Amino acid sequence: MDIFAQQLINGLVLGSIYALVALGYTMVYGILGLINFAHGDITMIGALVALTILQGLAAAGLPAPVLLVIAGGGAMIVCAALGLSIERVAYRPLRRAPRLAPLITAIGVSILLQYSAALVWGKQYIALPKLLEPSAIDIAGAQLTTLQLAIFLLACAIMAALLWFIKTSRMGRAMRATEQNPDVAGLMGVNTNSVIAFTFVLGSAIGAIAGLMIILYYGIGHYFMGFMLGLKAFTAAVLGGIGNVGGAVLGGLLLGVIESLASGYIGDLSGGVLGSNYRDIFAFLVLVLVLVLRPSGLLGQQNGDRA
Amino acid sequence: MLEVRGLEVTYGGIRAVKGIDLKVGAGEVVALIGANGAGKTTTLKALAGLLQPKAGRITYKGADVTGKPAYHLVRHGLALVPEGRGMFPRLTVAENLAMGAYIRHDAAGIAADTERVCTLFPRLAERREQLAGTLSGGEQQMLAIARAMMGRPQMLLLDEPSMGLAPLMVQKIFETVRMIAAEGVTMLLVEQNARLALETSSRAYVMESGCIVLADDAKSLLSNPQVRHAYLGE
Ligand SMILES: Nc1ncnc2c1ncn2[C@@H]1O[C@H](COP(=O)(O)OP(=O)(O)OP(=O)(O)O)[C@@H](O)[C@H]1O
Ligand SMILES: [Mg+2]
Repeated sequence: MDIFAQQLINGLVLGSIYALVALGYTMVYGILGLINFAHGDITMIGALVALTILQGLAAAGLPAPVLLVIAGGGAMIVCAALGLSIERVAYRPLRRAPRLAPLITAIGVSILLQYSAALVWGKQYIALPKLLEPSAIDIAGAQLTTLQLAIFLLACAIMAALLWFIKTSRMGRAMRATEQNPDVAGLMGVNTNSVIAFTFVLGSAIGAIAGLMIILYYGIGHYFMGFMLGLKAFTAAVLGGIGNVGGAVLGGLLLGVIESLASGYIGDLSGGVLGSNYRDIFAFLVLVLVLVLRPSGLLGQQNGDRA
Repeated sequence: MLEVRGLEVTYGGIRAVKGIDLKVGAGEVVALIGANGAGKTTTLKALAGLLQPKAGRITYKGADVTGKPAYHLVRHGLALVPEGRGMFPRLTVAENLAMGAYIRHDAAGIAADTERVCTLFPRLAERREQLAGTLSGGEQQMLAIARAMMGRPQMLLLDEPSMGLAPLMVQKIFETVRMIAAEGVTMLLVEQNARLALETSSRAYVMESGCIVLADDAKSLLSNPQVRHAYLGE
């Protein structure tokens, strides 16, 4: 088996999930200048809701694709409602407060979601019932499972659709206008509060799908899973240039690949001292390096505006 | 068309507008002049719904609109071209124009109006795909006015359209302003260049540190010794 090819495949698949979560961070940051630290936990709620639906319906004998659509749809609805309420209750009243206030609130919301999830689902790991029998395809000496392929293709389709939506639709234009000049967007007739709420709904619903993907990929869920996932997705967003939607996609894929390749070789590189269970280090190494060397990220604004 | 009574606007504890009255009739062009910091921009922002008045009453087309948000007012035909042009710097010229037509849904009408402003401002037409933030100051001002026209407003609030522009460009902008007025759009015009403002309008208000100190026909103000001394530099 070719380690490089295998880790590349794994990295791209995982990276596409990071990218979906990173989009939620970057869209909210773009429009409000707020790092919504609760976003990883919204994804966690999506994952656990999907998991619960799959458990509940496992015995019903429905075909797997139908089950997945129901689980994904349910998770999206719950997360969209959650994102909408969090924006309304926690962030909107602080819209004009000093920047630190919403940031601390975001951390508070994150903790609130984690412990609410612990109350509902308990603190133990929850396993996904056996649903899928993914078969594997051989590529360049590596294995690509049909599940990996499906996750990757769906994630890419969602990202392409989102980029297209933001670039060409009336709502997408209003989102960009609100981001660049909220007062003037209001003067054009844009209800900026609705646009901001919509951004939260969109990011949360996409996060829900990422949550379902994580559950399917790892087969396990946990009330604290949003923490690490959120931090990695945030790193991906920073790597790509926070506030930049294309950057989130690039940053997510890149981070997944870096992490995967590095953990594939870490044993050899450290002479066997460190194992692949140290993989989480790399995300933070990347975060620190980006913040030191290029804080604006790969595709970030280079402050070229004249207006 | 627009009537203001006892309008008061504050920033924190500072009173920037201290209870002013003014009135603009349908189809009228009225100027609001005054020194730097007099409160002109603050007044326009309150009228357009960007600032909440502390006190007073704003009536637009017979309805009380005090405290209504900007997006609501613009849907009823009241538009503001803000001081400093208010570009969306990372949207293209074409996208900025499309934002001007955000409230409209008649695709054919929007296309026709896009053509119209492009004919009016060929410089913009040439730069349709350029980012607005990279336009020159004059081009940005053209875009700001063209964008406001895209919404087919019934009343236009203009905040210093000549600011920072070369004389030739100022002329071009004011030609356009007069043309829009000739089409029957009601206007309240704030302008540093008092002579130009008075020559463009039929009536004018003079504002000094948050209060209206003079209100008269533009012609009479042009020959008013006080005004000539303070605002026309004679
Ligand atoms: N955001 C703000 N916060 C605090 N004070 C403000 C703010 N904006 C304006 N002011 C103050 O309110 C007063 C009126 O300002 P305003 O911008 O309305 O003046 P103006 O007549 O438009 O002046 P100019 O001709 O220079 O544009 C000024 O003293 C100004 O310092
Ligand atoms: Mg001003």
